[in-house]
Amino acid sequence: MTQRLVIIGAGMASGRMIEHLLDAAPDAWHITLFNAEPRGNYNRLMLSPVLSGEKTYDEIVTHDDGFYADRRIDCRFGDSITRIDREAKVVHSATGAVPYDQLVIATGSAPFIIPVVGKDLPGVVTYRDLEDTNAMITASRPGTKAVVVGGGLLGLEAAAGMAARGADVTVIHLMGHLMERQLDPAAGYLLQKDLERRGIRVHCKGATKAILGTDRVEAVLLEDGTVYGADLVCMAVGIRPEVRLANDAHLEVGRGIVVDAQMTTSDPSIFALGECVEFDRQLFGLVAPLYDQAKVLATVLNGGVAAFCPVQTATKLKVTGCDLFSSGDFAEAEGREEIVFRDPSRGIYKRLVIEDDRLIGAVMYGDTADGNWFFQQIKDGTDISDTRETLIFGPAFQGGVQSDPLAAVAALPPEAEICGCNGICKGQIVQAINGGATDLGRVRACTKASASCGTCTGLVEQVLALTLGAAFAKPAAQPMCNCTDLTHEEVRRLIKAQTLKSMPAVMQELGWKTSCGCPSCRPALNFYLLADWPLDYQDDRQSRFVNERLHANIQKDGTFSVVPRMWGGVTNAAELRAIADAADKYDVPMVKVTGGQRIDLLGVKKEDLPSMWADLNAAGLVSGHAYSKGLRTVKTCVGSEFCRFGTQDSTGLGIKLEKRLWGSWTPHKVKLGVSGCPRNCAEATCKDVGIICVDSGYQIGVGGAAGMDLKEIERLLVVETEAEAIDITVAFVQLYRENGKYLDRAYKWLKKVGLDWVRDQVSDPTIRAALIERFDLSQTIYQKDPWAERAAPEEAIRFRPLATLSQEAAE
Amino acid sequence: MTLWIDIAALDDIPPRGARTIRTPEGCVAVFRTFDDRVFALDDRCPHKGGPLSDGIVHGHAVTCPLHAWVFDLETGIAQGADEGSVATYPARIDAGRVLIDAQRLVGRRVA
Repeated sequence: MTQRLVIIGAGMASGRMIEHLLDAAPDAWHITLFNAEPRGNYNRLMLSPVLSGEKTYDEIVTHDDGFYADRRIDCRFGDSITRIDREAKVVHSATGAVPYDQLVIATGSAPFIIPVVGKDLPGVVTYRDLEDTNAMITASRPGTKAVVVGGGLLGLEAAAGMAARGADVTVIHLMGHLMERQLDPAAGYLLQKDLERRGIRVHCKGATKAILGTDRVEAVLLEDGTVYGADLVCMAVGIRPEVRLANDAHLEVGRGIVVDAQMTTSDPSIFALGECVEFDRQLFGLVAPLYDQAKVLATVLNGGVAAFCPVQTATKLKVTGCDLFSSGDFAEAEGREEIVFRDPSRGIYKRLVIEDDRLIGAVMYGDTADGNWFFQQIKDGTDISDTRETLIFGPAFQGGVQSDPLAAVAALPPEAEICGCNGICKGQIVQAINGGATDLGRVRACTKASASCGTCTGLVEQVLALTLGAAFAKPAAQPMCNCTDLTHEEVRRLIKAQTLKSMPAVMQELGWKTSCGCPSCRPALNFYLLADWPLDYQDDRQSRFVNERLHANIQKDGTFSVVPRMWGGVTNAAELRAIADAADKYDVPMVKVTGGQRIDLLGVKKEDLPSMWADLNAAGLVSGHAYSKGLRTVKTCVGSEFCRFGTQDSTGLGIKLEKRLWGSWTPHKVKLGVSGCPRNCAEATCKDVGIICVDSGYQIGVGGAAGMDLKEIERLLVVETEAEAIDITVAFVQLYRENGKYLDRAYKWLKKVGLDWVRDQVSDPTIRAALIERFDLSQTIYQKDPWAERAAPEEAIRFRPLATLSQEAAE
Repeated sequence: MTLWIDIAALDDIPPRGARTIRTPEGCVAVFRTFDDRVFALDDRCPHKGGPLSDGIVHGHAVTCPLHAWVFDLETGIAQGADEGSVATYPARIDAGRVLIDAQRLVGRRVA
């Protein structure tokens, strides 16, 4: 007897299910197929090539009218089901009611619309079906400004498609890197670079605040205040299962319609399939598991035995020219090991994750030719212990010999180019070595090989090793940390030479050996990047030591100390009262005068910090940065204002210097002292910059310290006016910021570069002016009171516990 | 028995960072790593009691802010030459929410 089967939704899953169902039992079913879209099944995955113009709609239709007619399927396209009557086993639509014996819900998913002002303006589209695609095609004329909200798979395909049609496209993505569910930060960085190269603007860490416009969309406003003009906004932030019909019918619904392994819902006559389904707490968005579901359901409906069992899936992005692949579990975890391959110049990144001698995850960018082979290895759980050495090189290399980098260099002919920047080939280097250049420095000096970007340093060293044999001793340069073989100096130089402006960029291009660095390199990189690219780089709090992250000094018991700034060591009754009030209000156990002429409130609880700062801010007090690798204090004596020996206004100069320099980050702490006469009451001679006022002007000394090493300043320059003294000091600090190694105090840096070089730099009027200009530019970003920022309610919340658990809560 | 309770949204914890939960037995640090996994450990370094939640989070490890001991977030065991360990508690993410096993958390000193 023929059974009446009603299917709601003519998507890819139900299309596949119908094929299986009727192949096995052509005459057993009378099918009524409803679809809200006014058409049958097409390959939704191929909408991106339609958008970009690489395919037409006709080419992506999978089931045409003939298919449905041949199988006598009653098609109700463009007719939406409004209600399921489970009692009567009838579905209702606008055009009437259809009874069923068995019902399949395959309603797929609906795009998620972020609830912001302006989301309903004309010109805001989603990316789900042919209508959306056509809207974007119509809108993307050359010069149109399009904004895509969401940097996941769908959003990027929409962006690339519109860009291919000539639109000026900006992608706004909430997370720190693109496609964060499929890619790790390194691969996300490469993807962003590729998209930017094809003219797509990418704004990560961007939260959409509102869509602006009166009659239709005009712009998108982000939380950080950025505004992007837009003629079209595509929302592609995600999808959620379309479960409204199932909900109304009181079927069991979690995030999706809950089914068992036979795709049966909580009603035994109703089945569900596809993206609307939740099985074993999982949702499904990729096509492979949906096809598996289709097969299982067809078998079950035909009375057979089958069970759905989710398997591994792999992801590829369908953007021509962006090659990426990800599959399996690529998170780091205990007992897992990783093999990373990076080829910075070709933009290639591959990462394999191994557990128990089996490959469990793979992320690849730039070269994904072996993706399917790795995917197979993951699915099969192949034991890779024997092939591990060459695994990352893919199937072509299996069974080959282990590569020896030295042998590879030995095999190069004399005319092979080693240093691309300077066009130096192997023969020239060998000739120089034979001529007496027996170490890297001398090879650099006489050939220029590896003297520019430095990427070929390793190759040059290998040529040295081959030519000299045992006589070559590789210099024991101290690498920055275990994540890299490069030294601090090399990393700083390469950050500038290769314009690397983000941490993933540095780690990728310089071949970092870990996925996200370590506590040694991260604070250093954060400083180098913010010092070199103040406008482009965004300070990364999570890469800062606790004191700089929380803007207070951690104490041995986990409490903090709070030191407000006292400009030049000068205060007044109102400030002292505010400090006293704060000490009372927050039960401060100790109030101490510091060596830098200010007051330290010790023993403050972390969660009290924001409100204490707000109180101090209200009295005009700001952070004294007593915790930072940055400007600390400017210690002064009373100078000519009060002192009978004072020659100049040392207090005034100190205040001016502090007001100019505060908030700047430096390789290590920077302390200043200004004394009004050679009696030196401000102890300026043991500061990083110490100025001694004399009758004829200002003696500026640098490189003092009174910490682990006791150092007296050395004379940098003598100038006549206060303005010159300030200029020289600012230029010196900027030179140190641009060239110093992280955690080198000024005296250590001076020992490396030499006081003469520093003097030449800051004495040259052009260089000095440029240094000052760059310093002031950086200050436009960084001279902000961190206490005021963190006392704001949305920031202050981070200083408090997430939750408080009591015994009762758990019972 | 496991009792999963919803502590907060994942986004309440900065990536490569931590927040704390206060319990009758002291604070527990909830870490979020670069790859969006969460880990819950006692917020107290066995060396000198440093608040681990204030340390730098790198890979699946945290460095204590007081004297730079490094702990594996999965096992709570000190890495390298230092010896010691911190109690760990089951934590997981479900639909963007962070869940912690409250039974273990509250009953830990009793059990």
